[in-house]
Amino acid sequence: MISYIIRRALLAIPTLLMVSIISFVIIQLPEGDYLDREIQRLQEQYGSDAGAAVRVEQLRERYGLNQPMHVRYAKWIWGFARGDFGESFEYEQEVNSLIWDRLAYTVMIALGSLVFSYAVAIPLGIYSATHQYKWSDHLLTFISFVGMSLPAFLVALALMVFAFRAFGVPLYGLFSDQYENAPWSWAKLADLLKHLWIPVVVVGINGTAGLMRIMRGNLLDVLGQPFIVTARAKGLKESTVVVKHAVRIAINPLISILGMSLPGILSGAAMVSIVLGLPTVGPLLLRGLLNEDVYLAGSLIMMFSVLLIVGNLLADIALAWADPRIRYE
Amino acid sequence: MDEERNKAPQDDVPPTSGPAVRGPAGDQPGPDADPLAGLGQLSYRRLIWRRFRKSRRGPAFGVLLILFYVVALGAPLFAPYDYQAIRTDFRYVPPQRMRWSWQHGLFVYGLKAEKNPETFQSEFTPDPAQVHPVRFFHNGRLMTSGGPMFLLGTDRMGRDLLSRIIHGGRVSLTVGLLGVALSLILGSVLGTVSGYFGGWVDTAIQRLIELLSAFPAIPLWMALAAALPPGWSSIKVYFGITIILSLISWGGLARQVRGKVLAGREQDFVMAARAANAGHWYIITRHLLPGCYSHIIVVSTMAIPGMILGEVALSFLGLGIRPPMTSWGVLLEETQRVTVLLNHPWLLFPAVPVLVVVIAFNFVGDSLRDAADPYSD
Repeated sequence: MISYIIRRALLAIPTLLMVSIISFVIIQLPEGDYLDREIQRLQEQYGSDAGAAVRVEQLRERYGLNQPMHVRYAKWIWGFARGDFGESFEYEQEVNSLIWDRLAYTVMIALGSLVFSYAVAIPLGIYSATHQYKWSDHLLTFISFVGMSLPAFLVALALMVFAFRAFGVPLYGLFSDQYENAPWSWAKLADLLKHLWIPVVVVGINGTAGLMRIMRGNLLDVLGQPFIVTARAKGLKESTVVVKHAVRIAINPLISILGMSLPGILSGAAMVSIVLGLPTVGPLLLRGLLNEDVYLAGSLIMMFSVLLIVGNLLADIALAWADPRIRYE
Repeated sequence: MDEERNKAPQDDVPPTSGPAVRGPAGDQPGPDADPLAGLGQLSYRRLIWRRFRKSRRGPAFGVLLILFYVVALGAPLFAPYDYQAIRTDFRYVPPQRMRWSWQHGLFVYGLKAEKNPETFQSEFTPDPAQVHPVRFFHNGRLMTSGGPMFLLGTDRMGRDLLSRIIHGGRVSLTVGLLGVALSLILGSVLGTVSGYFGGWVDTAIQRLIELLSAFPAIPLWMALAAALPPGWSSIKVYFGITIILSLISWGGLARQVRGKVLAGREQDFVMAARAANAGHWYIITRHLLPGCYSHIIVVSTMAIPGMILGEVALSFLGLGIRPPMTSWGVLLEETQRVTVLLNHPWLLFPAVPVLVVVIAFNFVGDSLRDAADPYSD
């Protein structure tokens, strides 16, 4: 098991390298660089100024933007491996300090939606399968279709309008005003949880719907098998037959698709946080891409890929632990 | 499916009678012919089509989708007004209700504008003193009116939202189709090449697919869309967005086609074809690919809603379709500012066709998949 993990981690490195090269190139595809846009912005604000041109040249020196691309890339990647993600042009801070707590919130939202979707989909799927073809099953199937089709950010928008009409409070940000910059305390944590459930639910809706259908299908398959007939013939209670025997087998495929649902959840979290203005990775990435803030956007895309790879690895480990048929040398 | 094929010889109807003699290209049997008579002659594709038609949800939503496409493609006819016409004195008009009376027929009330003292913006209320009858087949449009008839309200620049939704549908719906078509071609060709030739070609293509799936989709889309030069015209951007959307999603189809081709490659008839000096291309296109068609169609149909949602998401972020073209995502981008949305909630209407189209495609794809699956009832 340990050797499997190490092997996967080692295989991930060339993939991450390719991802970094591709994202570095793509981010800089638009003409000019960050400083050109900065000049344009300053010119629009203050009119053309010879002093600005000189200052910009100095900034270019300092950020190393006048060096060829492969030199810049090599420097960045070398720093990346040692934890130095470069500096953001727009915020004039180290990327490190910008992204860590936002990454933490993103991971919280992603994990929360995962847990939410599994916690809701599995019981609903079981109910749907055990009451097949009754009206409740049809209703749940229809709801799951609608849920699968709803784009997360539209739900977030609609929820904002609804919450404003119902509670008179705009649903913006992750903290209420008084806790925004306060130091951490239990009250702040409670406030965070109070605000966190909205993005978690919104991001989780898509996944819940799909999972429910899969759970229902799997459970129906398992319930048609001969050993279930045996269990019933033995006189076991129906609930024991379903929960203790059938569900344990039906859940297996759901664990294996845990890894596949991660990209969707991360992307959904990014979109929803842009709409709701949450301090997570999404809005930062959007600004970084629009401003060609290379190190910021590149590091964020790399962190996304790292999260994906780590998530996949964890999902595979969970699968190996749950399914005794799978063994890795 | 095997029982259906075996039933034909046991029928009493001789195979030379009626439509059964026409084979896979024949029409459906007439009302008094034995319904099972032609089944043995029907191709796999025909059988899937029959099963699809029998499920009630698939064809119903399919018809709905066809209606959507007809309206979208005929946008200049169906839209009440020019979708780009700016009316500065009709900004943010709430939706007007159509009314009916014996005197005027179908009509709407005119609009009375009052300036809100706090926001200095005009607020509109229906004015029963003015009556604007709805005119059909007037001015080259199916339904329009002499005066302001904003059935879904107007936006920030006084443009009729209903017309913009219809014109936007043209872009959003076709981006989905084109993107999936590109994805389909790319995915089936690469998947087939990968599965058939094996070796380093296979490894290279599989690594490429793995690399693409190591990227989360939305950040990659965002990065590529942000890279589209700002000087490009709307049309170029449209095609650029289509290509970007299809670049990410061909991997899944390629993997599945590769699986099928890998299985089909070992069959005896392929060996026989090689022995008969058939070329690789011939074997791929005439023997291996047709077995994948039903699978490809189902996968592609289920990928269309993802493409439409991708375009909506990109345009919503401001990275997608650019003016003067409009799409559902562009229309929804205007709702991003929270204050605007809370005061003028009718601007969220473009979300409704997005939802309906995506749900309809999901239902149709699901029915198609059930029809193509030989193990489902």
